[in-house]
Amino acid sequence: MTTSALRKPAPRPPLLEVSGLSKSYGTQIGCRDISFAIRPGEVLGIVGESGSGKSTLLACLSGRLQPDTGSITYDMQGRGPVDILTLSEPERRRLARTDWGIVHQNPRDGLRLDVSAGGNIGERPMAIGARHYGDIRSEAQDWLKKVEIDLSRTDDKPRTFSGGMQQRLQIARNLVTRPRLVFMDEPTGGLDVSVQARLLDLLRGLVRELGIAAIIVTHDLAVVRLLADRLMVMQRGRVIEEGLTDQVLDDPHHPYTQLLVSSVLQV
Amino acid sequence: MTIPLHAKGLTKTFTLHTQGGIILPVFDTIELTVRAGECVCLHGPSGAGKSTLLRSLYANYKPDAGQILVEHGGQTIDLLAAEPWEVVEIRRSTIGYVSQFLRVIPRVAALDVVAEPAISNGMPAEEAKALAETLLTRVRIPERLWSLAPATFSGGEQQRVNIARGFIVDYPILLLDEPTASLDAANRQTVVELIREAKARGTAVVGIFHDEEVRNAVADRLFEVGRAAESAVVSPSKTDERALVGALVA
Amino acid sequence: MSPTAALVHKDDGYNFAYLDEQTKRMIRRSLLKALSIPGYQVPFGGREMPLAYGWGTGGIQVTASVIGPDDVLKVIDQGADDTTNAVSIRRFFQTVCDVAVTESTAEATVVQTRHRVPETPLKEGQVLVYQVPQPEPLKKIEPRETETRKMHAYAEYGAMQVTLYEDVAHFGRIAKTYDYPAVINGRHLMSPSPIPKFDNPKMEMNPAIQLFGAGREKRIYAVPPYTSVRSLDFDDHPFEVQTWKGSCALCGSTTSYLDEVITDDRGSRMFVCSDTDFCNTRQAEAAAAKAAVDKVSGEEA
Repeated sequence: MTTSALRKPAPRPPLLEVSGLSKSYGTQIGCRDISFAIRPGEVLGIVGESGSGKSTLLACLSGRLQPDTGSITYDMQGRGPVDILTLSEPERRRLARTDWGIVHQNPRDGLRLDVSAGGNIGERPMAIGARHYGDIRSEAQDWLKKVEIDLSRTDDKPRTFSGGMQQRLQIARNLVTRPRLVFMDEPTGGLDVSVQARLLDLLRGLVRELGIAAIIVTHDLAVVRLLADRLMVMQRGRVIEEGLTDQVLDDPHHPYTQLLVSSVLQV
Repeated sequence: MTIPLHAKGLTKTFTLHTQGGIILPVFDTIELTVRAGECVCLHGPSGAGKSTLLRSLYANYKPDAGQILVEHGGQTIDLLAAEPWEVVEIRRSTIGYVSQFLRVIPRVAALDVVAEPAISNGMPAEEAKALAETLLTRVRIPERLWSLAPATFSGGEQQRVNIARGFIVDYPILLLDEPTASLDAANRQTVVELIREAKARGTAVVGIFHDEEVRNAVADRLFEVGRAAESAVVSPSKTDERALVGALVA
Repeated sequence: MSPTAALVHKDDGYNFAYLDEQTKRMIRRSLLKALSIPGYQVPFGGREMPLAYGWGTGGIQVTASVIGPDDVLKVIDQGADDTTNAVSIRRFFQTVCDVAVTESTAEATVVQTRHRVPETPLKEGQVLVYQVPQPEPLKKIEPRETETRKMHAYAEYGAMQVTLYEDVAHFGRIAKTYDYPAVINGRHLMSPSPIPKFDNPKMEMNPAIQLFGAGREKRIYAVPPYTSVRSLDFDDHPFEVQTWKGSCALCGSTTSYLDEVITDDRGSRMFVCSDTDFCNTRQAEAAAAKAAVDKVSGEEA
């Protein structure tokens, strides 16, 4: 058998394809020359220490920050691949609240703290035209169940929730419109370990069950070990190593990745 | 007849940047062919690189050179040149891997841990759970533990859950890293039976079996590992490897 | 040249209707834009008026820009012609432009209002000027104006619906009773100013021109004649207006908006029309009818 005889299965078209993405803040490099693709249902982890450019990258990808150069191509439903940087602002905002989800590190950035849990979840359906109170409410409660929030809290404001509950509510609020791509910025940051585990397990289940593609930015290797199919390691704005999560974590090649991996305390 | 697994010119070196850039050659231009229904036992002294080879065959470690040709969905694919998502697909349906240690997922019940690979291969959940119950019974996990997360199980129980999980899908290729290491005689016998049944179905098995009894019971031939390491300046001991791997984040 | 140019008030030298002609032109341009884009808030260069913010400076500037010497002005505050705010503003315009004033809705050509729409249906050719404290209906949900402008521009009104959801969740019904948000001409979300929601249906397809002025916030918006005004609601919790068990204690009306009036310190109360002109007119008509009946019966006797 020769190499030329090798055939590959037809690749699924990428959901999101990033090419040559760079963003600087003056002379300070945010991220530099980032290229990757993510396919439907795939979970990509981005790890790196603080200041490595992972949050800048996430902000560029999710349309919150305009990159200096590069393209971000997204396979829009019913329209095909589109460079989202060429979309008009309303189109991009619509995409962000229907086909995408954004889970912020701080639930305060992703929730309306003065609106009940049910209202928080109902906002997206209402934004795309849901006008039947009973339906909106029952859908909201379905999602509260999914994220393990007691239904007796439906009408309580998230201000009164624990950090873990707020984060779960934020996830429900995002997933209610069945997005195909979810961006998560340190989804377990600031939570204590037992709460983290519950959240991670929940996220893992939902992502698998719904076939959602996700990009998870974190500095916590345990998070990516559990959730991510694939990993990109960033340092000083660049991707220095990437591959399957277990490959990168179990057989790291780059000096920085080795340092990162060997710095994790074993319990 | 097609060959399910064929490693060609496989070479693996570790470079430990955190320890002054030490280079540890593990193996060099390995050739390994495994046929359907055959069980190959990786053999060699401790630290010879058997686990490294096995992990490389699963694309868990990244060899420096060579090819790992795998029969997947009627096609021959080089595992080392495949895209990550292809590797995920191949691992889902073609290559099974049973390690010595169960990676415990918080809050997931033992029954679900076992059933998961079958479900992700398209088996209806009820059917997969019934099969998982059969397997857990065979490896003698008491029924009262099925609904518990295996985090609190003993080492032997965890390993048996891991074995049940590894055998629930009829993978064409099965990689076994000391599957009987901490098992009693009765459970060792069960694992031998499971391996024999897999071979009878035509599974190509590659394994590391330190237990001579098990090895004799299942292995069709031995594959010597460790020549490169013998000639190397520094031999990668298990502890070095653990330090390097260091990554087993709970 | 504007029709009110060169009309300088005879006694004190103020320009007609207080504002200078350039300011009026600027405001009229904003008004035209507001009428062209129903419900859209047009910024304008609001002037300092001889009145505190919150007392109708926006409405006064709009009225001053549209009023002419032949107009007949009516000013109401919560439906009444005789309360402080209404009296002050009416006197202000009498002072600075000598226009005719009236308490009759039917006779007025320009009606400036605080927090009510008159009960008597308006006609083509009439102008209703609303005083607006807070023009931005999304303000409580989204404090950043950069963001609310985008929400209007892209018609992203889901968050507004959330406030109604919250009402139903907590009270079992939409509890908002005034300043009830409405979508104008199927496009822009608009605050109708703090009128009771009872008045929202009167805005719908109204033959009169409805102008809104917010002095402190320096915004003008409008509902042109015969424009749809749809109050937000849910399919299973439709928009409803207030109803009362009784009728007006003075005129007996069962269809008007009633105010509760406490009559002594022992808890006695009565409900009377908030629209004084409407109530007075009905009382006068009833008295006249009664007098006619009395007269007839007296002649028969």
